[in-house]
Amino acid sequence: MYVYDEFDRAFLAERVADFRDQVERRLSGALSEDEFKPLRLMNGVYLQLHAYMLRIAIPYGTLSSDQLRRMAHVARVYDRGYGHFTTRQNIQFNWIKLEDLPQAMADLAEVGVHGIQTSGNCIRNVTTDQWAGATPEEFDDPRIWAEILRQYSTFHPEFTYLPRKFKIAITAAPKDRAATKVHDVGLRLHRNEEGELGFEVLVGGGLGRTPFVGKSIRPFLPVRHVLSYIEAIMRVYNQFGRRDNIYKARIKILVHEIGAEAFAEAVEAEWANIRDGALKLTDEIIDDIRARFLYPDFAALEAEPAELKAALEDPRFATWYRNSVHKHKVPGYSIVTISLKPVGAPPGDATADQMDVVADLADAYAFHEIRVGHEQNLCLPNVATKDLPELWRQLDAAELATPNVNHISDIIACPGLDYCALANARAIPVAQEISKRFADLDRSRGIGRLHVNISGCINACGHHHVGHIGILGVEKNGQEFYQITLGGRADEHAQLGTLLGPAVSYDQVPGLIEDIVDAYLELRSSPKELFIDTVHRLGVEPFKERVYATH
Amino acid sequence: MAAPQQQKLKVNGPVAVTANRLSDGAVVWRTAEGNWSTALADAAVVTTAPEAIALLEGAHKRDTDAVGAYVAPVVFGEDGSKLPGNLRERIRVNGVTFTLPGSATPASTLPAA
Repeated sequence: MYVYDEFDRAFLAERVADFRDQVERRLSGALSEDEFKPLRLMNGVYLQLHAYMLRIAIPYGTLSSDQLRRMAHVARVYDRGYGHFTTRQNIQFNWIKLEDLPQAMADLAEVGVHGIQTSGNCIRNVTTDQWAGATPEEFDDPRIWAEILRQYSTFHPEFTYLPRKFKIAITAAPKDRAATKVHDVGLRLHRNEEGELGFEVLVGGGLGRTPFVGKSIRPFLPVRHVLSYIEAIMRVYNQFGRRDNIYKARIKILVHEIGAEAFAEAVEAEWANIRDGALKLTDEIIDDIRARFLYPDFAALEAEPAELKAALEDPRFATWYRNSVHKHKVPGYSIVTISLKPVGAPPGDATADQMDVVADLADAYAFHEIRVGHEQNLCLPNVATKDLPELWRQLDAAELATPNVNHISDIIACPGLDYCALANARAIPVAQEISKRFADLDRSRGIGRLHVNISGCINACGHHHVGHIGILGVEKNGQEFYQITLGGRADEHAQLGTLLGPAVSYDQVPGLIEDIVDAYLELRSSPKELFIDTVHRLGVEPFKERVYATH
Repeated sequence: MAAPQQQKLKVNGPVAVTANRLSDGAVVWRTAEGNWSTALADAAVVTTAPEAIALLEGAHKRDTDAVGAYVAPVVFGEDGSKLPGNLRERIRVNGVTFTLPGSATPASTLPAA
């Protein structure tokens, strides 16, 4: 965990006091809505269909048990008893009253969390791998670099009014769990042939109405230059990014219009002026940030303890273990994914009681630490393997042990038209229906890894473009219809999906997904060939022929 | 994506003016008396653009009660009751269409348009 200091606490307290005053002035009429709206947005407060929504950043997806417990408190006291974890390592509360927001923010600020820069045309929450610091695959803990970028970008005066919002993601492992290739900037940490640590820098990725996979503009950037290089990128974007058309204002449009090569040249020219200036990171600064991350005091434990061997005799535990437990860098420890996708439930939602259970389990078994992944699940990154059976029993009792991670019912979905003022169609009920169709977990295991992503509009908060099966809700003559894409992926081989065919009605979606899965089972070369690999081998045509023949 | 309040006003049938209550964001409807009500039944329903613009102008005069006012379609039920005229408004009136996490309250059902 990163340890905040007195500066951070005082800063947040002042911010809450400012917002409390702003809300009071708004309610009294001293501030108009036009004056107040940008102020609330800067604090993560949106107005949705039925209520205000508060979005809280979870920097690099890392939460302490106290922070999660406080989120449960906010959900229980100020909201309707639950929270929604998003695809960018945030949590959203959907029903908070304006008059309650300052106190809710004050309660959250006491544990160091806030909604600053979760909205507006600024650098948003810097995201990374939820397995950071725990996975044996990584070259370094990416949170060190995410924290450096967080400190740099928070209230950066030059980048408070960018042409449009700006999202940065970091991976430090070859296996990309942070979707770096579909971010405005993706940073991929690795070592060069000399063993130096550096980033491959990708720019211009993004989804929305004009989706692009990011382009690599620098294969290796020594880590100490990360701030100066990001500053150069931001300056080029700030100068040349379009401000005349909101739909063409993201950096991906600029990179696409002038070309990645020309964009890279402009960045390199700007960087040449600043690379050895004040933003060059010294060992002292890096070490200081690194020292503020406190790591668990790992014990020397057996990699395959007797407790685990005995528990694996229980088929239910064994199924969960194979699905939700992952290799840790320290022998005798494991990484545990907690599915927030129980069959038929809204994806990514957790009740206040469930948040409390996870916080308690993190205290008991996971060094007080929880992570949030962009797939809208939680993670306990540091669990002694011998404790897995007891952890599972308690997760199971709280309906938090559904063994469907990376299966078809582990659906990513935006809030859709049930909440969102921008949406054209519902997403959550579609996810629920598909999840129920594949409630038989033996069947879904037989299908294997399959990511379904659902967005309720072209803004693509459900990342439908990069779902193995992507579902986009559209509106036609007042009715909900859904376009289906196949073959998208958000990992290190990121690719945008291909449209399967004409949009289908709300009622037809679950059956159509079943037909796609049936077609895959028929077409795959062997049970080992994953859905995504079958689509890439054959293209969408064989699926189209089978699916639309029945619809 | 343009929200309804950002779109050019076209009136092709019965409409009402709706907004969100400032204090909590609840859905409210403009009444003929120039007040706001949480009940669609209380809404002033008009059928021409000038009438709708007049309702909107009244709504915009004072923004400490409700915000984000826009014109929304309305239809009449067989019994003459006022009903929301499109999917978005049906969800705003009836609530989310699934059971909220941890809630015993059943999901709302979407009545036919």
